[in-house]
Amino acid sequence: MSGTASTLVHVAQPHRRRTLADPPWLKRTLLVVAIGFVALFLVIPLGAVFVEALRGGFRLYWAALTEPDALAAVRLTLLAAAIAVPCNVVFGLAAAWTIAKFDFRGKSVLTTLIDLPFAVSPVIAGLVYVLMFGAQGWMGEWLADRDLRIIFATPGIVLATVFVTFPLVARELIPLMQAQGRDEELAALTLGAGGWKTFWRVTLPNAKWGLFYGVVLCNARAMGEFGAVSVVSGHIRGETNTIPLHVEILYNEYQTQAAFAVASLLTLLALLTMLLKSLIEWRHRRALLAAAHAETRTFAS
Amino acid sequence: MFPRLSSLLLTLGLALLPFGTAALAKDIELLNVSYDPTREVYVEFNRAFAAHWKAKTGDTVSIRQSHGGSSKQARAVIDGLKADVVTLALAYDIDALHQNARLLPADWQKRLPDNSAPYFSTLAFLVRKGNPKNIRDWSDLVRSGVAVITPNPKTSGVARWNYLAAYGYALRANGGDVQKARDFVTALYRNVPVLDSGARGASTTFVERRIGDVLINWENELLLTRKLRPDDFEIVVPSVSILAEPTVAWVDRVVKRRGTEAVARAYLEFLYSPEGQEIFARHFYRPRLPEVRSRHSAQFPEITLFTIDEVFGGWQRAHREHFADGAAFDQIYLR
Amino acid sequence: MRTPHPELSPNLRTRRRRVLPGFGLTLGTTLLFLSLIVLLPLSAAFIRTAGLSWEEFWGHVSSPRVVASYRLTFGAALAAAAANAFFGVIVAWVLVRYEFPGRKIVDALVDLPFALPTAVAGIALTALYAPTGWIGGLLEPLGIKVAYTPLGIWVALTFIGLPFVVRTVQPVLEELEPELEEAAATLGATRTQTLRRVVLPALLPATCTGFTLALARGIGEYGSVVFISGNMPLRTEITPLLIVTKLEQYDYAGATALAVVMLVVSFALLFGVQLLQRWFFSPERHGR
Repeated sequence: MSGTASTLVHVAQPHRRRTLADPPWLKRTLLVVAIGFVALFLVIPLGAVFVEALRGGFRLYWAALTEPDALAAVRLTLLAAAIAVPCNVVFGLAAAWTIAKFDFRGKSVLTTLIDLPFAVSPVIAGLVYVLMFGAQGWMGEWLADRDLRIIFATPGIVLATVFVTFPLVARELIPLMQAQGRDEELAALTLGAGGWKTFWRVTLPNAKWGLFYGVVLCNARAMGEFGAVSVVSGHIRGETNTIPLHVEILYNEYQTQAAFAVASLLTLLALLTMLLKSLIEWRHRRALLAAAHAETRTFAS
Repeated sequence: MFPRLSSLLLTLGLALLPFGTAALAKDIELLNVSYDPTREVYVEFNRAFAAHWKAKTGDTVSIRQSHGGSSKQARAVIDGLKADVVTLALAYDIDALHQNARLLPADWQKRLPDNSAPYFSTLAFLVRKGNPKNIRDWSDLVRSGVAVITPNPKTSGVARWNYLAAYGYALRANGGDVQKARDFVTALYRNVPVLDSGARGASTTFVERRIGDVLINWENELLLTRKLRPDDFEIVVPSVSILAEPTVAWVDRVVKRRGTEAVARAYLEFLYSPEGQEIFARHFYRPRLPEVRSRHSAQFPEITLFTIDEVFGGWQRAHREHFADGAAFDQIYLR
Repeated sequence: MRTPHPELSPNLRTRRRRVLPGFGLTLGTTLLFLSLIVLLPLSAAFIRTAGLSWEEFWGHVSSPRVVASYRLTFGAALAAAAANAFFGVIVAWVLVRYEFPGRKIVDALVDLPFALPTAVAGIALTALYAPTGWIGGLLEPLGIKVAYTPLGIWVALTFIGLPFVVRTVQPVLEELEPELEEAAATLGATRTQTLRRVVLPALLPATCTGFTLALARGIGEYGSVVFISGNMPLRTEITPLLIVTKLEQYDYAGATALAVVMLVVSFALLFGVQLLQRWFFSPERHGR
């Protein structure tokens, strides 16, 4: 458990140790490069979004966000994310545990297959669900006879969202859990902890930041996905439009300002998530530290 | 306790009363799957039809809308989007509903007047204020130094109309010489710096990015752009253009299943009524009814229009010869 | 997953090697999700293609336009992933190790490309990099055209792939034990030597993962690219656009043929990187 404790101390005081200080020239160069890159590729596009969003004044901005179709889009997006994220957390933890803690044949194939949804163009991702559930697809007749709707309805949107966000949690956890090895889990087991207990007390706390980033990425991507969802949505106003689809529709209606206003909502959601992260980090640092020490003692005794 | 409960029940009863009466009349939902530029016009039209239907039958009808690229929308309906009516940019896309999924009969276009096209439009040019490149007709688009903005015919409905209009013009100008017509469209597309995927993307490229000297688009879209930005652009009407007919149909398989055939039909027929025609004319679509057209004649200049049937032998042939993979349009870029 | 031969049943080895519990449970869960969400739907694409004859398939996937689009798609994605690997590690390092005003904001901004719908990203980037835009206007006098050229595609893909490297390297960096660096310093290594010899190798697996993810994402990206690329056949037309083009003509078989090619290439690419990474960083080789 000392690993956890020292990591936390380390996070708490990132640059107190003199031996770890980078030479000023290096620090300055890296800062300039990083901030320049971020500015060029992120800050300026972000600025463009907000400038466009607020071009017509705040009242129009607010009106665009509170319009019924926009609210319906927000609801649907939140619902899709609320289902996709937990699914992928369960899957991500299972996959990371299998891949990081065990050796078995076909592991490389499995890892690659997990990555695959990323490499699949969103266009194809949508298409394959259409091939399965569409009226001309494998299950089309069967579904139509029972009046069940998968695509062009909420289930299809959720499925497409799960698909595109599929590798995110697993991909964050695997390198991290691989780097941590299995020594701590073995130690816990040797000391008599059960499998679940080891998982909850050792693995999960160690992997928490990876898991957190995974969830953040998964959530952001789930809310922002456009291509795949666009194929399976049917674009029915106020019913099967998610936020990104609503944005595109507004843009195509020459309502540029409203389009960017709704788009800025997604951006704000991302910023909010990160704020939440900082808050959790700050509130729980002390509690986590104390818990880590307590556990170290429990295991030692 | 007792009086309070009774008053509560009374209130509840009163509150439920409107629902009770409404239950006698029917609540009907229709889904209209349409193409991109028709959003604004159908919002207004749907309201008018709902009022009309309520007055006529007492039923409440609410119409849900779906918009997108015309072919993409047709594909969604083929794949199971439950559209009661489709109102698409070209007959070819509604034909596809028959060919790929037998959702409606092959002769759907004969079921309503005017080839099932209750309104029509044509193509025109949008140029920058003062017409600096002096663009008057199709022949000016192939001059060197003129940049033309038109979307990709492979992904956009209007782009196919654009291509066919230019080709048809060249055929007429050269006495039906196919090779000359091909050279003409080749020269034209050599002047296209950006092939956007849709009509509104092309408008944005021309209007917002200020790329190109001339934009070819639906007349109704150009009139709308001029209304939004009167100081920046002028519309140029070419000597001859194509009769562009966006078509409508009810989808038999869906309306039969949902029991909405009568109302779906009435909805489309209402497009031909004076009230419906007036709404479309106000949104810059050319109406069929002469009295509505004469009211709006100022914005619709007379122009010689040829049809796709007389020049290209219908959509199926036009598609096979020009837009299919490896057909005439692809050859432009392989030459 | 192949099922092992009965004689080679992993049980014996399991008992010897697998001290940790939960292998069956986690592997089962993983395979279940994977099959239902990913493999089954993707197999639909393969089966649809099987309806084509070999000549038809070859005709669809090897026309000059399609080949030009492969080159562009894979080339631009590779270049964008490389840029992201380089800058991404620097950004992650700066975020974890340095304290500077606005650090939290930069940290939050990294997720922007995910949160922004790709269509909006495409529109915003085109607005910025077109000759009339803020950045395009500055570059135009220098003779650099970004929007409607392959360079524009690179910009869009770099934007789209940016979070991957940063977010995969960041947690590893946060968990990196400072003792290693201290030890190196104690043994007389200069700071730059420590960074090069100790820190960078430790970050390499995560960087590789991030690079691969950014690459894979770039290959399939559609929404943002169509706005900025100009879509000119043979020059700025990406493969996903060709798939959409075929779909718009109701040519499902042709579309799935291209999709299958992209799937196979992406799988091979991911698998190759995976093997390379396993070989490079296998526990046996480094004795972790």
